[in-house]
Amino acid sequence: MQWEVVIGFETHAQLSTKSKIFSGSTTQFGAEPNTQASPVDLALPGVLPVLNRGAVEKAIQFGLAVNSTIAPMSVFARKNYFYPDLPKGYQISQFELPVVQGGVVSFAMERDGKTEIRSVQLTRAHLEEDAGKSLHEDYQGMSGIDLNRAGTPLLEIVTEPVMRSAAEAVAYAKALHSLVTWLGICDGNMQEGSFRCDANVSVRPVGQVEFGTRCEIKNLNSFRFLEEAINIEVRRQIELIEDGGRVVQETRLYDPDKKQTRSMRSKEDSQDYRYFPDPDLLPLVISQEWINRVKADMPELPAAMRSRFIEQFGLSEYDAMVLTQTKASANYFEAVVTHAGAAQAKPAANWMMGDVASTLNREGMEMTAIPVKAEQLALLLQRIADGTISNKIAKEVFAAMWQAPSADVNLADQVIEAKGLKQISDPGALAKIIDDVLAANQKSVEEFRAGKEQAINSLLGQAMKATKGKGNPTEMKALLLAKLNA
Amino acid sequence: MHTKTLTEISALLHSKQLSATELAQHYLNRIAASDLNAFTHVDPALTLAQAAHADKLLAQPNPHALAGIPIAHKDIFVTRGWRSTAGSKMLANYTSPFDATVVEQFNQAGMVTLGKLNCDEFAMGSANENSFFGAVKNPWDKRAVPGGSSGGSAAAIAARLAPAATATDTGGSIRQPASFCGVTGIKPTYGRVSRFGMIAFASSLDQGGPIAQTAEDCALLLNSMAGFDARDSTSLEHPNEDFRRDLNTPLKGLRIGVPREFFGAGLATDVEQAVRAALAKYEDLGAILVDISLPKTELSIPVYYVIAPAEASSNLSRFDGVRYGHRAANYDGLTDMYKKSRTEGFGDEVKRRILVGSYVLSHGYYDAYYLQAQKIRRLIAEDFQAAFKQCDVIMGPVAPTVAWDLGDKADDPVANYLADIFTLSTSLAGLPGMSLPCGFGQGEKNSKRPVGLQLIGNYFSEAKLLGVAHQYQLATAWHTQTPSV
Amino acid sequence: MSLKETDVTRIAHLAHLELNAEQTSKTLEQLNGIFALVEKMQTIDTAGIEPLSHPFALVVDHLALRLREDLVTETNHREAYQQSAPATQDGLYLVPKVIE
Repeated sequence: MQWEVVIGFETHAQLSTKSKIFSGSTTQFGAEPNTQASPVDLALPGVLPVLNRGAVEKAIQFGLAVNSTIAPMSVFARKNYFYPDLPKGYQISQFELPVVQGGVVSFAMERDGKTEIRSVQLTRAHLEEDAGKSLHEDYQGMSGIDLNRAGTPLLEIVTEPVMRSAAEAVAYAKALHSLVTWLGICDGNMQEGSFRCDANVSVRPVGQVEFGTRCEIKNLNSFRFLEEAINIEVRRQIELIEDGGRVVQETRLYDPDKKQTRSMRSKEDSQDYRYFPDPDLLPLVISQEWINRVKADMPELPAAMRSRFIEQFGLSEYDAMVLTQTKASANYFEAVVTHAGAAQAKPAANWMMGDVASTLNREGMEMTAIPVKAEQLALLLQRIADGTISNKIAKEVFAAMWQAPSADVNLADQVIEAKGLKQISDPGALAKIIDDVLAANQKSVEEFRAGKEQAINSLLGQAMKATKGKGNPTEMKALLLAKLNA
Repeated sequence: MHTKTLTEISALLHSKQLSATELAQHYLNRIAASDLNAFTHVDPALTLAQAAHADKLLAQPNPHALAGIPIAHKDIFVTRGWRSTAGSKMLANYTSPFDATVVEQFNQAGMVTLGKLNCDEFAMGSANENSFFGAVKNPWDKRAVPGGSSGGSAAAIAARLAPAATATDTGGSIRQPASFCGVTGIKPTYGRVSRFGMIAFASSLDQGGPIAQTAEDCALLLNSMAGFDARDSTSLEHPNEDFRRDLNTPLKGLRIGVPREFFGAGLATDVEQAVRAALAKYEDLGAILVDISLPKTELSIPVYYVIAPAEASSNLSRFDGVRYGHRAANYDGLTDMYKKSRTEGFGDEVKRRILVGSYVLSHGYYDAYYLQAQKIRRLIAEDFQAAFKQCDVIMGPVAPTVAWDLGDKADDPVANYLADIFTLSTSLAGLPGMSLPCGFGQGEKNSKRPVGLQLIGNYFSEAKLLGVAHQYQLATAWHTQTPSV
Repeated sequence: MSLKETDVTRIAHLAHLELNAEQTSKTLEQLNGIFALVEKMQTIDTAGIEPLSHPFALVVDHLALRLREDLVTETNHREAYQQSAPATQDGLYLVPKVIE
């Protein structure tokens, strides 16, 4: 049987506010246990929550970035369940009326060797508080509870079940990750749990309309695990069904060491959350005026930047999409173009997606850590354009610039000079070299003259070799043709 | 000196005829000698240190009107120093690392804390029999309950163990004990008094207020107790006001709404007689009685006993034996630790309400119970707005009977709930309400037990209510009577 | 409508309270007494009525949550806050082993 995979996502993005969502405790990561847990975070008797404006503004920014409806009025509700990392015995969340409603996240992804642009519909995004952490090291046979994280603001971003492969799910997760970090509303650190993905996975026979029973997979703290876990869970579900079994709706934990998902026992009896509006909090009211103010302070969004790149620089939609995948790469590209001139936009884009991307990839580096400065790359592009070096030599120069970083804006010129890579365009010097090549390759000369025009390529190659790659290829070809046809 | 009102004591302190230390010691002695079980915790050394500080404040020019005056706090307000127990085994040894806003405000005014007052566990009860620290006795008749949940507050004022007390009212917990003990108490408009540091029972209903001998005293206390608090998201940003401003406003032309639903079957004759007499007195003073209707009065019982337990079931989830409070000694694993700690730490009535609340919020029942109750709650609030088109204040009995005997209804939750009929609707609507002594009834034991007159005002009309009460107290002496304890 | 013993058992577990057989049947009786009162609500037609979550919603125009500026105002008082804790070690609250 042919199976179709159905994936929906719930992502918990920690909002990078200074203080917690309902208290004035700091949200910094890594402090000594319980040193960042105030009476409100500890749910001491008598305390009350007061909502952080910064958390709401970050939710608004997100909503604007994905074309959602920002609810003019939303409601905080209590989700009641007992767990030692949940001090109040309920989590303040949003249930019936979330702050961000609808929306769409678009991204480019490769499929069957082709690149296509995909859009994932969002159901909602809502504000809620994070729980603390249970540490399972053995404390006299007990667990230790650290509530430093309790009350950190979260934006839970929920998609429709529209993704159809692990690859698509990963592409979505990466796009979402890049968006929230682009906006600066989340630091995106997956290892520290700032960006946590839960995937709802089900399978159904191709052609079947109704969804299969889904499982929620937790603990996906890297994009690699995410893809692995989904594929493993899909295989598990298909094998289960094909063996005559039935998928049970449950929460499963991904174990990256054993490469398997397993049922989470602790969640078995927490189904009835008894949601009701939190009587300690009034409705959250967001005026259009507030939204406008937030909008005015927002960075240019990827979508807007894409359109602008297409219009202003004549880039293809694909190029624009790839360049705006992260804010760092978009900003770098734009800085290169600013220094090199708009005419260099297309070459700059090619360089970004070519040597820049492949070198970063090889070095395992992020765009933010690139050692070559944008104005240095801009000068390199100008040297190609003005004929000082060929595109091929430029790659060598670029590699040298990467290896020995410097703050000097003229680094490209220094490397060209130091390595003597300047293109030879002087017709006198080139003519002599070409004469030597012609003399040494009579066979090719005869072939060309006999009408085999490709023979010129071999001659040009020899000439280029003789100049150690520095000969101006256009000049040399012109000279060759002139001499051959003489 | 304990027979003097707070206002009179204030004058003595300001004219240096009395020191805060002498005063505090005097009340500490009375508390030590009392057998009413009104207090859960006293700490004379702490009290006297505060009194010494107050004496310094009194020596400076223009001290605060409340400086040096002793006050006792219902043990639902958290306090540094004194234990904060909510009348529960769960918190029997709990000391708060911070003061409730209300406590902080009174401290800032230079008031001297006498200790913590007994109450029903987590403020759940109408008789103060649901306290882990034992029942409070009614000073007028030690066989009788003092009312609840602020039974310790009302009993302490009636027995003159303190000139001022804080209390809280979720469904009548200030007004009903004030009525049973023959003292004056006011529950302000919901949102007037900060709930920060008030151990939560039902968040959308809980409201703090003072209990004292007179309306004038309550006005003075409310001046410090009420006010906006940024730490409470339901605290109203209403301008500060002087709650004494209407004390001397004459009653001429005042329209008093008398809801016929408050005088039906079930109202004891002795209570009705005292209340009717009080209404007649108001007429003598120039007021006009208007017949009004609050048709949903009876429904306020089911509505309240759905909403309050629902909120309570969630508010009390934090008591799990993890970060503070009672933890069972023997258990098998995490869930069992939770269950045993909570089962041992909570009393029967609290557990009952948690169960009711969990049920009405649970899957499949939410709409029929919780949501339906919140809808009828709006109808109840709207009934009051309709009534206030016809009158300026509403008056009636606080409770259908005078205080009953200790143990009489202890094992009958429904009987207790029914006795709240006249106070619940005001709480559901968030309106201010008062109780002031207006006579005595005989009760079943043929003893002398106080009757309270209930005053209900529209939102933010506390100053008017206090004025209307003060005018009555100028013309009557019920509030000056003291039990012979 | 009246509750059954299974309802009492279910909600006791939801509320993390323990009831033995005797307590369960007594509780059932008491809850049914309370719900006999509560059922009176069902006689009221509330179609089209908005629930009233906050009592002053009737008089306060534009009921809106007040917001706090995003500032750190709390400092570390772990020792004071853990004074009432039943069991701690190395600054952690200890609980019976949490199994995931």
